[in-house]
Amino acid sequence: MIRTEQLEKSFGKLHVLKGLDVEFNSGQVVSIIGHNGSGKTTLIKCILGMVVADKGKIFFNGKSISGDFRYREQIGYMPQIGHYPENMKIGQIFKMMKDLRKNVDNLDESLMEEYKLSELFEKPMHALSGGTTQKVSASLAFLFNPKVLILDEPTAGLDPLAAEILKAKIIEAKSRGKLVIITSHIMSEVEEMADTVMYLYEGKVNFYNSVAELKKQTGEEKVGKAIAKIMKQSAHV
Amino acid sequence: MKTVVLSCFLILVSCFLAEARTIVVCSDCKVKQLTAALDIAADYDTILLKKGTYLSVNTEIKKQVVIIGEGYPVIDGQEKDEVLVVLSDNVVISGLWIKNSKRGSMKDYAGIRVNEAKNVKIINCKLENTFFGIYLSKSQNCLIANNHSKGANYGKSDTGNGIHLWKCDSVKIENNQMEGHRDGMYFEFAHFCLIEKNLCERNYRYGLHFMFSDDDVYRNNTFQNNGTGVAVMYTKNVEMYDNTFQNNWGDAAYGLLLKDISNSIIERNTFTNNTVGVTMEGSNMITFSKNNFTSNGYALKVMANCIRDTFMYNNFTANTFDAATNGELRENSFMYNYWDKYEGYDLNRDKIGDVPFRPVSLYSMIIEQMPYAVMLLRSFTVEILNRAEKSIPGIVPETFQDYAPMMKPNTL
Amino acid sequence: MFKIAKYVVYDILRSKVLIAYSLFLLLVSFSLFSMEENSSKSLISLMSVVMIIVPLVSIIFSTTYFYNAYQFIELLVAQPISRSSILLGEFIGVSLSLLTALFAGVGIPILIYSPDATGLVLMISGFALTLSFISLAFFSSVAMRDKAKGIGMSLMLWFYFSVIYDGLVLGILFSFNEYPLEKAVIALASFNPIDLGRIIILMKMDISALMGLTGAVYKQFFGSNFGIIYSLIIMLFWIILPLLFALHIFKKKNL
Repeated sequence: MIRTEQLEKSFGKLHVLKGLDVEFNSGQVVSIIGHNGSGKTTLIKCILGMVVADKGKIFFNGKSISGDFRYREQIGYMPQIGHYPENMKIGQIFKMMKDLRKNVDNLDESLMEEYKLSELFEKPMHALSGGTTQKVSASLAFLFNPKVLILDEPTAGLDPLAAEILKAKIIEAKSRGKLVIITSHIMSEVEEMADTVMYLYEGKVNFYNSVAELKKQTGEEKVGKAIAKIMKQSAHV
Repeated sequence: MKTVVLSCFLILVSCFLAEARTIVVCSDCKVKQLTAALDIAADYDTILLKKGTYLSVNTEIKKQVVIIGEGYPVIDGQEKDEVLVVLSDNVVISGLWIKNSKRGSMKDYAGIRVNEAKNVKIINCKLENTFFGIYLSKSQNCLIANNHSKGANYGKSDTGNGIHLWKCDSVKIENNQMEGHRDGMYFEFAHFCLIEKNLCERNYRYGLHFMFSDDDVYRNNTFQNNGTGVAVMYTKNVEMYDNTFQNNWGDAAYGLLLKDISNSIIERNTFTNNTVGVTMEGSNMITFSKNNFTSNGYALKVMANCIRDTFMYNNFTANTFDAATNGELRENSFMYNYWDKYEGYDLNRDKIGDVPFRPVSLYSMIIEQMPYAVMLLRSFTVEILNRAEKSIPGIVPETFQDYAPMMKPNTL
Repeated sequence: MFKIAKYVVYDILRSKVLIAYSLFLLLVSFSLFSMEENSSKSLISLMSVVMIIVPLVSIIFSTTYFYNAYQFIELLVAQPISRSSILLGEFIGVSLSLLTALFAGVGIPILIYSPDATGLVLMISGFALTLSFISLAFFSSVAMRDKAKGIGMSLMLWFYFSVIYDGLVLGILFSFNEYPLEKAVIALASFNPIDLGRIIILMKMDISALMGLTGAVYKQFFGSNFGIIYSLIIMLFWIILPLLFALHIFKKKNL
């Protein structure tokens, strides 16, 4: 569904992505892991078109995304820290996002309802706690029922109950054949949700395989330990 | 003794009888034309023209007659020659409507010409489509009053002057209205004349133009909307009081141009809305006092060849530039004028600013030097430069300054 | 694009800066018009104010707004909306707001006190300057990632066009005073929207008579229909070109 070809990106002298060839398919829940600065967020932003790659191509459903914006109709994105116009109210944000999209039938408002956001519709964005802002971000990501979900540190800042609701939603999305790409530092979550793990190391794919394969290769029972082992290996290479 | 008294009485009666003769002229009268009336008239007779139209091509008036029009009879020159020519002293012409003199470059055809005569009065006449209006040459002690002349070829160059004086003296010109001529009033070698309460407007060239006309007094006249304004030259002892010079706007227009004028007084006049209020060249010993300069492009342009002029108690308000010059001024003095651009202070509260005012701005000097810089008129940069120069003067002539600027406008 | 503009306008209208700007202009206009009986004199004073304040407020307000709207832009970029739509939407929104403020603050007093050709030209120049300085603001905002640097660049641009440029012109005129400079001077005016706007207004005010012979040259050019069309086209360039550059950068910008 999403494929990158020799993707390269530098910010000034910092070479972040060094020729990335990856492929994501529908029905997968991929967890991208790596050190801070390993290029996780950059990769996501490249796919979303927020960052323009220096070299290489990204294909969405076989079509290059360069110069295209329509493909984003099929992506729901939840940023690590959501930034919203400060003097808008929650209700207005939802209304505006629906207004800006062209096809707004087939809405998925279940997260919004479960988080009881409609009760907070009159609250301005600048008055919200980080957690509530994340709830808004999550609800918006799922709102248009997209085929691809890109979630950047989705549970960070959410209270345990809200995190559980989101995890359930992700698993449900997987069951409906959607592609979910998650970056996360919390290994237990990776274990709970992901079926595939991608480990980025210094702008390159170090490991990209199913969770089962990961466990098998490392001989560890827990995903966390398995990954820690891989990390150590790569650091010593 | 008795015979002397009687003869005196008889002489007086005969005089009175002679003066009392009035010749009435109209289409139904015995005398039907002005020319016929003049033929039969004797000195001191009155010719009364009833309403109507009378042919008059170069009619010469050689007798001391009084010609009075009733209901503005038209005296028509049919554009063939001059209309009336006065060649005798003591002639009075009143209430006529003079029309259609010839025009051309060979001769200064006039509506009414007065030639070498004394004590002539021209009053209450209307003049229309005449090349020159009223033309006096070598005449003295005349009165021109309450006439209204509208020039031929309204607004074009092919036209003469409204009131034209050549080698005259002691002429009084009052309450006339001159429009559409080349110059509203033109004097050459006219001395000891009094010109007051006239209105000269929309003349092609100047509202008033004179040269070599010493010792004349101008009072309460208005000169407005003329092609180039008022220009006076080569004259001394001119006095101008309470005149208005306004709305003379154009590339080369000014309210009043003084060229080689000396020993003169210009007082209580108003200069409003002129491209240049007063421009002076080679003019010396002139006193400007209590004049109002408002809303002019330049209020004053004083060339460096003007010496020993005095400017006191004048008001300068809302002018784009208060003054301009082309070099250092010598022996001119500016005092007690009010300048609305003055930003000084008055610590001792004597109503006179404590620091001198320099009316010439740096930018007006720049424009004199490089005319293209006019594209920066009213630019913010220019404003900054002007202010910088004001605080640290360097380029603006040092002599051009008012040593005692007033804090409030002078009452005039 | 227009939907985005709608939200931008909505957002700006809630900030008090724009209302303050409008009220300030209104105060200046009314006091200038009521101080002078002669409305053309007031127009000249008003012009001086407009030529300094309008570009300054337009460029600084737009730059600040752009950085403050960064989050909104980030949000939009991840949506199925093209980047040109986002930037143009922002531009239209900011423009509409500032033009409305200018119209309320200067346009209405002009319509009341001096509804003639000169007033109209002053309005049009004010509008054009507003647009071109918003355009310049977008250019510096997009070119500089850092807010302080962006505002600094905007201030520099304003300072350049308001002060430095005319100083340079004086220098050029001084150096080449001996040469016939008619065409050069028209070209020089074209490279600064503020100069161009000011000259068009002064021409309408018939102040050209003040300018003597060279004034006649300007009058002949800027007073003619060709000159007016020329000025409008150049003004249009000053609106479109910086915006095109901004768009070019924004399309490749990493958010």
